[in-house]
Amino acid sequence: MRRILSVLLENEPGALSRVVGLFSQRGYNIETLNVAPTEDESLSRLTVTTRGDVLKIEQVTKHLNKLVDVVKVVDLSEGAHVERDLLLVKVRAVGAQREEVKRTTDIFRGQIVDVGPSTYVIQLTGPTDKLDSFVKALGETEILEVVRSGVAGMARGEKILAP
Amino acid sequence: MLSGGEMIVRALEDEGVEYVFGYPGGAALHIYDALFKADSVPHILVRHEQAATHAADGYARATGKPGVVLVTSGPGATNAITGIATAYMDSIPMVVLSGQVQSHLIGEDAFQETDMIGISRPIVKHSFMVQRTEDIPAIIKKAFFIAASGRPGPVVIDIPKDLTHPEHKFEYAYPETVSLRSYQPSEKGHTGQIRKAARLLLTAKRPVIYAGGGVIQGNGAELLGTLARRLNYPVTNTLMGLGAFPGSDPQFLGMLGMHGFYEANMAMHHSDVILAVGARFDDRVTNTVGKFCPGAKIIHIDVDPASIAKIIPVDIPIVGPVDSVLRELDAQIATQLSAADRASPDIQACSDWWQQIDSWREAHGLWHGRRYGDSDLVMPQDAIKCLYDVTNGDAYVTSDVGQHQMFAAQYYKYDLPRRWINSGGLGTMGFGLPAAMGVKLAFPEMDVACVTGEGSIQMNIQELSTCSQYGLPIKIINLRNNYLGMVKQWQDMQYDGRYSESHYAASLPDFVKLAESYGHVGLEVKDKNDLEGAMKEAFSLKDRLVFVDIFIEPHEHVYPMHVAPNGAMKDMLLSKTERT
Ligand SMILES: Cc1ncc(C[n+]2csc(CCOP(=O)(O)OP(=O)(O)O)c2C)c(N)n1
Repeated sequence: MRRILSVLLENEPGALSRVVGLFSQRGYNIETLNVAPTEDESLSRLTVTTRGDVLKIEQVTKHLNKLVDVVKVVDLSEGAHVERDLLLVKVRAVGAQREEVKRTTDIFRGQIVDVGPSTYVIQLTGPTDKLDSFVKALGETEILEVVRSGVAGMARGEKILAP
Repeated sequence: MLSGGEMIVRALEDEGVEYVFGYPGGAALHIYDALFKADSVPHILVRHEQAATHAADGYARATGKPGVVLVTSGPGATNAITGIATAYMDSIPMVVLSGQVQSHLIGEDAFQETDMIGISRPIVKHSFMVQRTEDIPAIIKKAFFIAASGRPGPVVIDIPKDLTHPEHKFEYAYPETVSLRSYQPSEKGHTGQIRKAARLLLTAKRPVIYAGGGVIQGNGAELLGTLARRLNYPVTNTLMGLGAFPGSDPQFLGMLGMHGFYEANMAMHHSDVILAVGARFDDRVTNTVGKFCPGAKIIHIDVDPASIAKIIPVDIPIVGPVDSVLRELDAQIATQLSAADRASPDIQACSDWWQQIDSWREAHGLWHGRRYGDSDLVMPQDAIKCLYDVTNGDAYVTSDVGQHQMFAAQYYKYDLPRRWINSGGLGTMGFGLPAAMGVKLAFPEMDVACVTGEGSIQMNIQELSTCSQYGLPIKIINLRNNYLGMVKQWQDMQYDGRYSESHYAASLPDFVKLAESYGHVGLEVKDKNDLEGAMKEAFSLKDRLVFVDIFIEPHEHVYPMHVAPNGAMKDMLLSKTERT
C-alpha cells in the first residue's frame, strides 16, 4: 500500500540524513522525498512516500517519532488530504509535434514554461497519477529530461500538523 | 569567561561526572589541556579507544549514570565505534565527546578527519556537531538528558578543534533544565491499558512474567519483585534482564531463550498470559516467530513504543517507564484483588501450573542435580559455580562473548540488578575486561570478576596495563578451552566438526607470565582439585588483579539450546544426545 508520511523536523544540520538513514537502515524504501523549510525557519516539513502494510507503516512512524529531531509525524493517507507533485519535462518539439504537445499540455492544464527552437519545457502539478498519465500521453514525443519534486501534501480541513 | 575546552570540563563537573574514559590526540588536545589545568574530573587513560567506550559502558550499567568518553578525531573516533554500537544495542546511557579537525578543514580530507557524525549515525540515540563555542554548555546538557532519559542510549558530540581554542573565551552558564519540543519521552503509562492488563493478569491460568534489561535500566527490579510476589507468578529473565528478579528465588525460572532454562522455555511456550516488561522479543528469545507461544495473550510494557509489536503482535501494549507502570499495575492488582466482586485469580489453575513447572524443573532443570558430564579437567559449569560460592553470590560479574558468557549467565545466580554486565545485543568480544574496569572504579569495595575466554580476553588484553596504572584489582576468570568455543560448538553441531579457523592452542601466551609482566598476579588451574583453592586465593588478594587461567574441558557444549531453524521455544537440545 502506498503511504504518504508528513514529517515536521527541526531544521538542524544532519536532521535530514537521520531520516533518510533510518529508511535505509531499517529496510524501508523511499519512493519520493520532498523537504523544505516552513514559515517558521526553525522547522522543515518533509513529505515521504513509501510502501508497506499497516504494521510496517506503524513501525516506520514509530521509528521516525523516535528520532530526536522529529517533532511530529502523520500518515496523510489515513484521511482526506491534498497531494501535489511538480513535474518539469523537456521534450523535443519540432514540426507538427509542436502543436500536438501543446494540445496535450492544455488538456492536462500544464504550462509550457520554456520555448526553445526545437524544445519545450512543460510544467505540470498534480497528484502523482496525473503526472504519470501525462507522461504516458506524450506518446510518440521524444522526452529529453524529466524532473519531479516528489509529493508534497497536507490534510484537508481543520487537521493541522504543527509543533 | 571560558574557552570551549574549559567549558567542556566545567560542564562535566556541573553534570557530576565521576570519571572520563579516554585517549588523547591532536584534535582533542585543547580539551586535554583544560582537563589537566582544572584537575577536577578524573580521567582514565585506557590503551585503546574501544576500551574507553566499554569501560564507560560498564560504569553506566553498574551505576545507572551515563558513562563519559573522550577521544580524538579520525582513528580515535573510529576505534570508539564498536563500543558505541555495543552501548546502543543494549540501551546504555553514554556521552561520547570526539575531537574533530578545525571547522575550516572539514570536508577537505584533512589529517585525521573522519565524518564521525555520519559513521556513528545508525548506532547513536542522537548526535551533535558543535558549530559555535557558545553552544557547548547547552549541547552537553541536552546530550546527558537525551542519553539518560526515555530508552537510554549513546549520544555523540563532535567538536572541531578551533572551537576549543584556549584564547577564545565566552560567557559560561550551565542550563538548569532542558526542554526539547521534539523529544518528550513518555512519563506515565495509559491508565485504561494498565487496568485492562491487571484484569487479564488476574484471569490467567498459566501466566509467565518475562522481564528484560529494560527492568534494570528503568530501575524497576524492586517493583517487579513486589508484583510477582503478590501474584505468585513465575518469572523468567532475558540474558540482559538477569538480576531483575532474584536468581535464587524459587519463583524464578532462570533465563529464557536460545540457551535458556528448559523450564523457562517450556513455561513460555505453554503459557496463556505473558507479562513482558522491558524486553524486546529478540530473535535469541523467540526462536521461530511464527511458532512463538501459540496460546498466549501478551501484555507488553516498554518505554519505547517502537519496541512494542515490532516482532510479535501484542494484546495490551503499555508505553511508559517501567517503574511508574509497574507501580500503577501493582496498585491496580491490589485494588482488584480486594474488591470482592472483581476477578480473582484461579488459585487451582495456578497451583496446577506451578506443579507442571516443578515437574519440568525436576526433569531437566539446570539446578536440579548435575546436568552435565565430568572430565579430568575442570568443567566450565563447575568453575562458575565455584565463583558463585567463593563470592557468596555477591560479586559484579562482567563477561565477554561465547560459551563462558552463557555458563556465567546460567550458573551464577544474580540476586540484584546491575550485577551481571554483558554485551547481549551486539555480542562484542573484548567487552569484559574494560567493562570490569568501569565497574571497579564505580564500586571499589566490591568484588568484580570478568568471566572470559582465551579468545575474547585477547581482544582487549592491553587493558591489563590500564588496570596496573590505576590499581584495579579485578579478578579475571579465564575459562580456557583453547578454542573459540562457541564457534567450535556450532561447527561440531552443523559442520561435522570441521574447525575452520577456530583453534590456536599452540600460539596462546602464557597468561600467568603475561599478567605478571603487567605487575599482576597469575594463577593457573589445570587440575580440578585446585579450582577452589585458586579461586579463594584470587579473591583473598584484595588489592591485586588476579588472572585465573582455568584449563577447562574443551569439548563441552552449552545446553539447553534451541532447535533451529523452524523450532518453537519448547524445542531444545538438552545435551549431546537428548532433545525435547
Ligand atoms: C568481536 C567479535 N568477533 C567475533 C565474534 C563471533 N564469536 C562469538 S563467540 C566467539 C568465540 C569466543 O571464544 P572465547 O572468547 O574463547 O570464548 P568461549 O566460547 O571459548 O568460551 C566468536 C568468535 C564476536 N562475538 N565478537
